[in-house]
Amino acid sequence: MTTSHIVGAAVPRKEGWDKVTGAACYVDDMVLPSMLYGATVRSKIARGKIKKISFDSNVNWNDFVIVTAKDIPGNNCIALITDDQPCLAAETVNHPEEPILLLAHSDRRKLRKAVEAVSIEYEPLPSVHTIEDSARKSTIIWGADNTFKSYLIEKGNVDAVWKEAAYIVEGEYFTGAQEQLYIENNGVIAAFDPENGVTVWGSLQCPYYVHKALMALCGLSENKVRVVQMETGGAFGGKEEYPSMIAGHAALLAIKSGKPVKIVYDRMEDMAATTKRHPSRTRHRTAVSEDGKILGGEIEFTIDGGAYATLSSVVLSRGTIHAGGPYYWPNVRIRTKAMATNTPPHGAFRGFGAPQSLFAMERHMDRIAQVVGISPVDIRRRNFLKLGQTTTTEQTIREDIDLDRLLGRALELSGYAAKKMRFAKENKNGSRKKGIGIAAFLHGAGFTGSGERYLNSLVGVEADAEGNVRVLVSSAEFGQGTNTVLCQIAAEALGLPYENVAIAQPDTTVVPNSGPTVASRTAMIVGKLVQSAAKGIQQTLRKSAFLKDDYTPEQFRTACREYIAGHGTLKCYARYEAPADVFWDDEKYRGEAYAAFAWAVYVAEVTVDLTTYSVTVDDFVALQEIGKVLHPVLAEGQITGGVAQAIGFALYEKVVWQNGRMINNQMTNYIMPTSADLPPIRVFFEELGNVHGAHGAKGIGELPMDGPAPAILSAVEDATGIHFCSIPLLPEDLFEAVRLDSLEQAVPSSARGTA
Amino acid sequence: MNLSQEATAKCEVSFTVNGETKKVFAHPMERLLDVLRNDLKLTGTKEGCGEGECGSCSVLLDGMLVNSCLVPMAQAKGARVVTIEGMSAHVLMRPLQEAFLECGGAQCGICTPGMILAAVHLLEKKLEPAPTDIREGLAGNLCRCTGYMQIFEAVTKVARRRVAK
Repeated sequence: MTTSHIVGAAVPRKEGWDKVTGAACYVDDMVLPSMLYGATVRSKIARGKIKKISFDSNVNWNDFVIVTAKDIPGNNCIALITDDQPCLAAETVNHPEEPILLLAHSDRRKLRKAVEAVSIEYEPLPSVHTIEDSARKSTIIWGADNTFKSYLIEKGNVDAVWKEAAYIVEGEYFTGAQEQLYIENNGVIAAFDPENGVTVWGSLQCPYYVHKALMALCGLSENKVRVVQMETGGAFGGKEEYPSMIAGHAALLAIKSGKPVKIVYDRMEDMAATTKRHPSRTRHRTAVSEDGKILGGEIEFTIDGGAYATLSSVVLSRGTIHAGGPYYWPNVRIRTKAMATNTPPHGAFRGFGAPQSLFAMERHMDRIAQVVGISPVDIRRRNFLKLGQTTTTEQTIREDIDLDRLLGRALELSGYAAKKMRFAKENKNGSRKKGIGIAAFLHGAGFTGSGERYLNSLVGVEADAEGNVRVLVSSAEFGQGTNTVLCQIAAEALGLPYENVAIAQPDTTVVPNSGPTVASRTAMIVGKLVQSAAKGIQQTLRKSAFLKDDYTPEQFRTACREYIAGHGTLKCYARYEAPADVFWDDEKYRGEAYAAFAWAVYVAEVTVDLTTYSVTVDDFVALQEIGKVLHPVLAEGQITGGVAQAIGFALYEKVVWQNGRMINNQMTNYIMPTSADLPPIRVFFEELGNVHGAHGAKGIGELPMDGPAPAILSAVEDATGIHFCSIPLLPEDLFEAVRLDSLEQAVPSSARGTA
Repeated sequence: MNLSQEATAKCEVSFTVNGETKKVFAHPMERLLDVLRNDLKLTGTKEGCGEGECGSCSVLLDGMLVNSCLVPMAQAKGARVVTIEGMSAHVLMRPLQEAFLECGGAQCGICTPGMILAAVHLLEKKLEPAPTDIREGLAGNLCRCTGYMQIFEAVTKVARRRVAK
């Protein structure tokens, strides 16, 4: 057997050549014979009863396929967790842009006009649009109390700490909604025939989520629903749950018309109607000792879930567990809630609640530092989690993570100390103020708590008579490198060249359910299963005496041919087994929340221009410990991409709401960073290893979303002396705060905060 | 598509696409993007925003880098259009494709055809682009995956290799 080092090498991206030649096939590139196009008639109001639907008599409606809730063969819901979200609103609407009726036609232009020619009369009902209004409960819009989910974490005795505290520090922090803004909009094609049932091809992250939702919606059995993932042009969580909705719509139109139906949203529809990051509010009240040690505290974290439950309970869970940051809390009480509002449901987006609660934690650490009178660096050093200590859920840190050293290295890489001194001196003059700021954080990889146990993922690896190996997983490629990394792992396990291993297109009739492509779980958890299944192939061949301990690719090929001649096929599966030492109590929210955490310290350097009120990030250092780097180029790309998206979250990307509707639903007025807006993003890795991950890998996809926003606001504070607590921080916010600051010159700016 | 367009009859538009003369029947206000994708099956040109912000639909029109979602067919009449599919013979193409793969410049791939066309256009104008030239030259092409760093690296690499020759 050749000792290869495929894992850890920068092998070419499996589907890379198709992407750089324009040959890669996305769903909108696919056309089926006699295909129709579908469109959605949506609610124009936030909440109300549907009184009447009328059709403009100038349109020949016989030309159109029309579907309403009455046409749904199965249950009118998008099956996910709570099943409260209808596929098509029947009697009431609960948010703007809620789907009510579907149309299909062979001519896309006629379709657009037809959507406008359907009028819906409503009896409006009072609507709720903020976390505060929802919590007031004067209008109940969901369940008994507008609450999708709440969690309580209790560690130690918080009530006893206040009297010992030298300082009690309070703060309130806000994060806004954020659009995933994948460049390829949501899209699917559905086809139906009575014999085979429904087939859907789509841009999506989780083929089996769509499979489950279509079975319930169409009233079809498992083998009558087929879901195929096409090349997917970015997702970031935005194609985790929503594809079940659009696939359902296309399937209903296909069932009614008997023809294939394509629905591809345009940008405005995609931005207005599909999910975004949950807006959040966090309140901290912390007891701190004389020397800056956290004695205990209360954290209240609330997210706006939108009109239906969808994934809010899970997003809240991750936000809850990350709320204490990478710090040791001897005593803590964390109360969290996901509230209903009459906006389109907020959903999965890279980080999944953690960027929100970690933003608050990191901003609050800066505030504590200020109150205690020590530096942002020292407050963190004094409170970092250490080996043997426990997290807020009482998970013992068993790996030798030295956050103090990680922080030291990040400061060195960024030239922090020298810059901090220089900026303080230079900022005395001129209108361009410079600042440098830090954020320390952690990100749990894989599903929370017992989640992986419930997923019970299954992975397959097969070999053909030519010795070609194929990885069978439902884990989807949407840019992050799934195809490449899983093939690397299989090739390494089998001692074969990388070129001999391919990955099957995710198709529910071909691949087993390896779980959803979310939660930074693919490389770590699915990767480990791929490794086991590949080893299974090797063992099968060895047991059958077709393969010796040492072998060449040629001998492997011969062995496969001989085995298949006798047995027909050569395929091995591996199923997830929960590590024996992982314990989680769902009731008390206590125990091993994640099989592994990745750890990071980020440093941002900014210029705040007090003439234009713009903030520019000049340099960015991202240092993280991620277990093992499986592919250096892909790993770096995950970090730079995440940091860029998080810079947008901090400084550019503001969703403007009006009665629950996004009104800046265009790339023209919802601003994401361009190549001209970003600093050099300098990425550094440390590798401690992780016993639960493939080759020691931890998850990295979401990690880089957590740190940039607090690091940048910390840098803005260093530059201006203003403690901003809310993102996005736009020039108008800065202008307003600086104006207020100059009005209050009697008080030293360093002792004040701005919410 | 507004009423006046609907009222306008389709007419024959003749133009050159990837070196071949093409005749299509199209409304004068129909988007070049749709004609390329739907009539000519050149699906390497992608739609991202439909309003000229993202650059995914970039093509070369008489040598200029344009967003094909903003070009009506009336304007394409008689023009020379080059899409990603027609670039394979270009001297910069293979080096750029290889550098994109090597450096990680393509992740989800949806912006990649447009980005590569923008990179070709930039490298044709500047022999040795400075980092700011690259940042500005590609600023009309949005990428949500990479944070652009690996794209800059790929373009820089091709420019350096070309000069070294």
